[in-house]
This record gives sequence, C-alpha cells and structure tokens, in this order.
Amino acid sequence: MNKIRFVLGVISISLVGLVPNIIAQEESVDEPKFKKKVTGLFKGDYKYYPKDALYDGQHDEYFSSLFQPDIYIEWKKGKRLVQFTGFSRIDQHDVQRSHADIRELYYQAIFKKVEVSVGAKKIFWGVTESNHLVDVVNQLDVLEGFDVEQKLGQPMVHVSIDKKWGTLDILAMTYFRQMQFPGIEGRGRPDFGGIVPIITFESNMEEYSPNFAIRWSHNWKAFDFGVSHFYGTSRVPVFTITEDFDFIVLYELINQTGLEFQASHGAMIWKAEVIHRESKRKTITAATVGGEFTFGNVFMSGIDVGLIAEYNYDDRGAELISALNDDFFFGTRLAFNDRQSSDMIGGIILDRTNGTLRYFAKANRRLGSSWKMSFEISGFDNIDQDEFLYLLRNDGFMQFSLAKYF
Amino acid sequence: MIKTIIKLALGLSILFSATAFGQDRGLEIAKKAEEVDNGWGSNSNQLKMTLTDRNGRKTTRQMHGYSKEVEGDGDMSMTIFDTPETVKGTASMTYTHKTGDDDQWLFMPAIDRVKRISSSSKSGPFMGSEFAFEDLSSQEVEKYTFKYMSEEKMNGVDCFKVERFPISKTSGYKRNIVWFNKMNYRPEKIEFYDRKNELMKTLTFSEYKQYSSKYWRASVMEMINHRNGKETRLDFTNLKFDIELTEEDFSQNALKRAK
Repeated sequence: MNKIRFVLGVISISLVGLVPNIIAQEESVDEPKFKKKVTGLFKGDYKYYPKDALYDGQHDEYFSSLFQPDIYIEWKKGKRLVQFTGFSRIDQHDVQRSHADIRELYYQAIFKKVEVSVGAKKIFWGVTESNHLVDVVNQLDVLEGFDVEQKLGQPMVHVSIDKKWGTLDILAMTYFRQMQFPGIEGRGRPDFGGIVPIITFESNMEEYSPNFAIRWSHNWKAFDFGVSHFYGTSRVPVFTITEDFDFIVLYELINQTGLEFQASHGAMIWKAEVIHRESKRKTITAATVGGEFTFGNVFMSGIDVGLIAEYNYDDRGAELISALNDDFFFGTRLAFNDRQSSDMIGGIILDRTNGTLRYFAKANRRLGSSWKMSFEISGFDNIDQDEFLYLLRNDGFMQFSLAKYF
Repeated sequence: MIKTIIKLALGLSILFSATAFGQDRGLEIAKKAEEVDNGWGSNSNQLKMTLTDRNGRKTTRQMHGYSKEVEGDGDMSMTIFDTPETVKGTASMTYTHKTGDDDQWLFMPAIDRVKRISSSSKSGPFMGSEFAFEDLSSQEVEKYTFKYMSEEKMNGVDCFKVERFPISKTSGYKRNIVWFNKMNYRPEKIEFYDRKNELMKTLTFSEYKQYSSKYWRASVMEMINHRNGKETRLDFTNLKFDIELTEEDFSQNALKRAK
C-alpha cells in the first residue's frame, strides 16, 4: 500500500513539473532531440556471520541479489531530462530485506542559472566520512547496511540556483518512507520477541507532513562551505519502551540547522559538520570534525594512501542508531591507481568513554572492463551494554560480492 | 696566482652569464609557446586511452570532456568517464591555477556525492596508465623553471630543446626535456626524468591539426615507460573549438549533471 502511495505521489508531483516548462521564457532551442542512456548493474552477494545468531529465526549464511537499472533521457540539448534509477534486492531468507525502491525518478529543467527538478531524488549534503549529520533529506535504506550511504528516493520539488555567491537549494517535500528493518529471519536487528512496534508521528499528516529545506553552499578557493536548514519529520525515528513494555517508534517534527566546512591545503583536507536540532522533546547539538591526509604515490609505487581521523560528538547519546555520540574514527584509504582500479578502505570507530569498538574493511577490484569484485568485513568488540549496538553484537559479518555493470 | 684568480673569476662570470642566459632563453621559449596558445577559449573532445602491457595486451578507457580558458589564470575542465563500465558516469572537475594548488572535485554517481580531491597525489598514475595526473593537467609556465639547452632536429623538424624543472615538491620528476617546434612552438616530444634523474618516460606528440586557423593540437600522444616497458596511447577525436561554455557549466550542479 505504501509503495502504491509512493508511486502515486511521484506521478502527481511529476505532473506539476510540467508547469515551469510551460511558463518558461526560454531562448528557442532547435529541434527536440532525444538522447537515451541505459546503464545499471547486477550484483550477487554472499554474506557470512561467523558468530552464532542471538535471536530465533536468524541464519548464518545469506545469498542475495541486487538489480539496479538506470535510465537517462535528455532533450533540448540536455536542458530537459528525466532520470530514473530503480533498485531491487532479493534475499534468500529475509522477506523484509527483499525490497524494491525508486531511488530516483525525476524530471529536470535547466535554465541558465536555475535548475528545477520534480520527482524522487537522492540528495547528499556534507563533507565528513564517518558520519553524515547534515545529510537529512532522504530516508536511509538500513536494509542495505548501517553505513548510511544507501538512501531511499525522496519525492520533492527542488530548485537550485547557481550564482557567483554560491548555490542556493530550495526543497519542498511531502511523503517519506518509514525506516525499514530486517525481518524475523534477518541479522542486524534487535530482538522483536513477538512485540509489534507502535508507530507514531508527531505530525497529524503522518508521512505526508510538508517538509522544507534550504541550503546555501559555496566553493571559494580552497574552501567549501554549506549552511542548511531542514523543517519536517525526522527520517530517523526515536525508539522507546514504555512501562507497559510497549515498543514505541516516534517520528518527531524537527528543525535542524547544519553547517559544513571543508578546507584543502596541499595533501590535507580539513572537514567539519555541526548541527543544531530542535524538537518538542529535546534540543541537541552534534558535530563531526577531522581531516584526511593523502600520501600520494607512496615510494613511487603508484599507490595513494589516505589517513583519516575524525571525532564525533552528539548530545543524543545512547538513543542514536549510529551510536556516534562520543566516538573517534581512524581510517585508511588505499587507491592503487592500477588497471583494475583496485581500492581499499578500512577503519575503526572507538567510543571514547565506554571503549566500544567497531571495525570494518572493504576492498574492490575490477575484472575486465565491466565486472567488479568486492570483499567486506565488519565487526564489533567490547560493546558496552548501554549501546544500541549491544543488541547486534553478534552480527559482525564478511561479504563477498560480484557485480556486472552494463 | 693572481692570473689563476682572474682566470677563475672570468670563468665563473662566463659560467654565470651563460646560466642566466639559459634561464632567460628557456623561459622565453616556454612563454612564447604559452602565448601562441592564448585565447583558445573553449573546446570539447573525446578521448580514447589505450594501455599496452609488456606482452602487448591492450585495454582501453574512453572519456569525454570540455574545458574553458580562464583569463589570467589556468582553466576549468570537466571529464566524464564512459568506459570501463564500472566507472561510467563518474565525472571530475578541475580548476587549474597559475600559482598554488589546483582545485579538483569528483562526482560519484553511486552515492550522488561530490567530493573534493586533495591536490597532493599528482605523481601517481592516471587510471593505471603510464600518464601521471601531472602529465595530463595544464602545464602553466609558472609551475616550472626553465633552462635553454640547444637547437635540435626532432621528428624531422627543427626544435628548441629546453629543460624544465617542476617547482612543486610533490612532482614525481626532477626535470623534463621539452622539444618545442621552432616554427610554431608546439611541443614535439617530452622526456621525463625521475627524482634520481633517470630517464623514466618519453611522450611523443603526433598527427597535429590546426584549429580556428591558429591553435595546434596533437591528435595522438604516446607515452612510453622505459622502466616497465608499458605504453599508453591517447587518441583525441571530435575536438571542437569555440563551443558555448559559461562558468555555470563548471559549477557543482553542472558536475552532478555531467553526462
């Protein structure tokens, strides 16, 4: 039902998109010439959990497949376009994780300094690596992992103005999808124990509450800045358990202001993100600060080695799903610059106060021109009982993937 | 004794003036080469890169892009990768500057993120080829010191042979030797010497074509790596000048849209 509503939402907003097209006073562009590009990928994943499952129904091995088609159509010399990115995952065991999404389906009209898009989009804001505090427009696809890089499409009307003084983005949104969690047979979930969560919204329009966002961003010399504000329903819910053992999932209305800053100096890039967020329940501040230093072409080997260090602070403490409330991140990134574009990233996240440790590593290598093989490990150690992650403590995994791009 | 000192002084002064002369002449030629290319305005092209390994096995990469001259500074350029399929749609945008670090951003379509790239890793290979990033970025006069060497025939044409020394400490080279065509100042050949001053690579320019009845561009560039026996050939096609490009075509939004 939700999916149908979502599609209807996208279609109705897409129709609104024709308006700027009609009212536009544009220089006449010659004959309409359509150009189409179809690309995408198929991927197979094998995931293995070395530690025993904590909860009933879970397995140790999972095969799953992913299909992600991408269709791009442009006309009027690229001044009008439609972008579609689909997504579907089929999981061997977990019915919840078998899911589909419209990552992107939007129409875009480009005028000299103004870009108008209508439809479902993915928006990325921010500069830091271990956490994306400022990035609040899209719902996260946590079924694809907690690394917050995978997002669900967000229906919106998006106007972006590019001027000498920077870029101004204005977004008007309605409808978002609730955060989806693994099912009974899936790993990476807390114990449901037969409890059905009670989903609540602060807005009486529930998922349809109107949301707005505005952002100014600018790159000047070696600096990148961004200031943004979001008003609407938080994509990330708050979980509470009442005295009667009711499990409440609350989507609250928030006002969040975010700052981003980045400065490049030789091999060093400094990065910072700060947010101030208000809801009826509480007002919080959070920040991620750090940097990345790159040793280029180490010992003339052709390999670039990046060292990343970041510190995360967040007032929300233990209620955070990301668990980045007082945590250091140390990571390294290797780019081999070889024919197979081999790369590797690895790191640890360490809680400063309770010593909870998370670690991960990912490696990619191309085979031929259109295949890519990846290996990933992720695990935990010394998890404090107060951390949300404690509920997932046995869900460290290793994964092998093979993808075909077309 | 006094005679020896006089001889020494004389010798030194000749040496010094010769060096100064070499610097001036070398710089003059490099400036002239830049000057004749001034005002190229804008262009777009397609590029096929063919990598050949020691056993003669070939792999190719394709990309296209466009660039715009910035008066009084470097240039702005956009490169979009078409193959291999695994990087299709990835785009990079660079603002080069006469002095100081270049600015560079990369757009990664998989996560819709624009990322600033540190300008440190210039000496590393570009996509597994024999070209380093620094060989492909714009080579402003301000980024080197020069020394005139001699006149020499290269590829059958009369050339000025000029030595140039990268100022940047992160360059992978101690020096390059450039052969400039005496007629039109276009480069015919460049030799790259590593930090230990050993010949590392040779780049040859060929199939020159003239655009807007003024600007010479090589359609083929071949880099031979003497160390590992590998080669990379660049074939430029569809090179067009005087295309309509504004600064908005090099904005963050334009980078995200680049196809």
